[in-house]
Amino acid sequence: MSLSIDSNERLYDALAAAVDRVGPAQESLFLVKLTLLLANQLGDEPAVKAAMDAACEELGPR
Amino acid sequence: MHDPHTRTDSLYFEYPIFPFVKPPEMAGQTVTHQVVVAGGGPSGLTLALELARFGIKCVVVEADETVSEGSRAACVSRRSMEILQANGVERPFLEQALEWTHGTSYYREHEVFRLAMPHSPDERFYPMANLQQNIFEELLVRRAEALGIEIRWRSKVVGVRQKDGLVELDIDTPEDVYTLRSRYVVASDGARSELRRLMGLKLNGESHEGRYLIADIKMASTYPTERRAWFDPASNPGKSVLVHKMARDIWRVDYALDPEDDEETEMQEDRVKARIGRHLDYIGEKTPWTLDWIRLYKAHCLCLDDYRQGNVFFIGDAAHLVPIFGVRGMNSSMADANNLGWKLAAVLNDNAPDALLDSYSPERRAATFDVFANAAKSTRFMTPPTRGYTLLRDAALQLAVGHDFARQWVNPRQSAPYDYVASSLTTPDSDPFFAGPRPGAPLASVKLADGSYLTDLVSERFVLLVFGKTSIAASALATLQPPVTLQTVTDARAIAAYDAIDGAAYLVRPDGHVCARWKSATADKVRAALERATARSNS
Repeated sequence: MSLSIDSNERLYDALAAAVDRVGPAQESLFLVKLTLLLANQLGDEPAVKAAMDAACEELGPR
Repeated sequence: MHDPHTRTDSLYFEYPIFPFVKPPEMAGQTVTHQVVVAGGGPSGLTLALELARFGIKCVVVEADETVSEGSRAACVSRRSMEILQANGVERPFLEQALEWTHGTSYYREHEVFRLAMPHSPDERFYPMANLQQNIFEELLVRRAEALGIEIRWRSKVVGVRQKDGLVELDIDTPEDVYTLRSRYVVASDGARSELRRLMGLKLNGESHEGRYLIADIKMASTYPTERRAWFDPASNPGKSVLVHKMARDIWRVDYALDPEDDEETEMQEDRVKARIGRHLDYIGEKTPWTLDWIRLYKAHCLCLDDYRQGNVFFIGDAAHLVPIFGVRGMNSSMADANNLGWKLAAVLNDNAPDALLDSYSPERRAATFDVFANAAKSTRFMTPPTRGYTLLRDAALQLAVGHDFARQWVNPRQSAPYDYVASSLTTPDSDPFFAGPRPGAPLASVKLADGSYLTDLVSERFVLLVFGKTSIAASALATLQPPVTLQTVTDARAIAAYDAIDGAAYLVRPDGHVCARWKSATADKVRAALERATARSNS
């Protein structure tokens, strides 16, 4: 159930615009709320935890 | 008095200096030219060559006394190669150019995207070929000279008037100002078009904030020709760096400047050398090198509202400014020339009404907007304009290290030809086709059994490609206005690639774009599509 290339393209722009709209002060809170909403829709705790681990990879200053 | 002086030194290219020659107009002769091309860059010279194919003489006026400086637009697409082939320049071009198909994008130390552009033995040309613009322009100039096309160097347009269906240009020269009169004028005078300014025309659209520094270096490295891009490399943390190999041991290094970077500081030679040196060390390049040329570049998505203004037509950068990412600048400019050339010739040769020229702007503006859509995405990735786009870009790059789905965002989206599907000249399909170029698209190449390519069949005339058996007689097509050449294709692979059973046919414009196709063609259908493709009817 992955997204099409076109969907991914549109979501990229939509998410960038949303981050700019909420502003830097609220950006983290917005992204965490978004994650919890998507996790709830996914309904798969191990999958969400695996995604959290994957999102931690490559983080941090070089 | 206009008297340019060239100042250029180059490590690999000797700039030819062209003299000013007194034109007949300055000796008191009154001449009305068919076409005057204002601007002798790639788009203007390609247009002059296109016109010559159809027997139309033009005069090119160029403000400078030599070709343009530096590598500039150095990447020529397959579609542009086909245009060069039609104009007899592909051989000298390919003798020097470096052809390529692949690219690699890196994020920090990881390879995150492998670019493989579509290529197959059916293609005559590689997807891309690199040659510096100065070398390329000189090839076009030499070809134009060989064909007897008059290029008036050191001749700058300083005035323009339109009356009674003619255009008058005031031309400033090292000696005096004179007036040049023509039925049509093509403005190909570049990003800072003087004709655009004189006619009070404005470019509309958006300018992007991202700035790039472009540097040519001379380095005899044997690394193969491909596109390499680094995001956040240890050599220049936070920056993105592009490296392309070009002819004569010249390498092109492009890197993004940050919004807070000062242009003057960044343009200092020592600074540029330090950045490039660190990057070459980082990628393990040990070949000695020297800096040749530096330039600052800013991305724009701007165009005129109408590329036709009376009898003046705008092509290339004079009509539109597009971001460099995906190499769409000069390639779309050459497509402009290819589109306008046959139309001007058809009208001047009395094969079509002036209304055919009205189709130039909508066809090429549609192509420009397609370029904007793709190039703007590339630009937002290479130089993210906002906090939101910066986060998305960095997230996409980090995810691309370990996740296939994220790699699509790293794709540099290289230039692709535009299909004139919605054009008033294009007859939409009435028969179902499951393969082959759709109406509006350029011909798809197929290597034929005799070693030639299907795209070689494009000619100065409209061509009807007939597959297998047909009831249409060549004599019936020869009496059409304009006459159509019949080409029969019997190659089994071509028939399959074009989904063309016996009796199927594709009608092809002189610029190589399909304007109609049928499963079962008749002379009447061909006549109707031809009338439509030459603006003599709309149905």
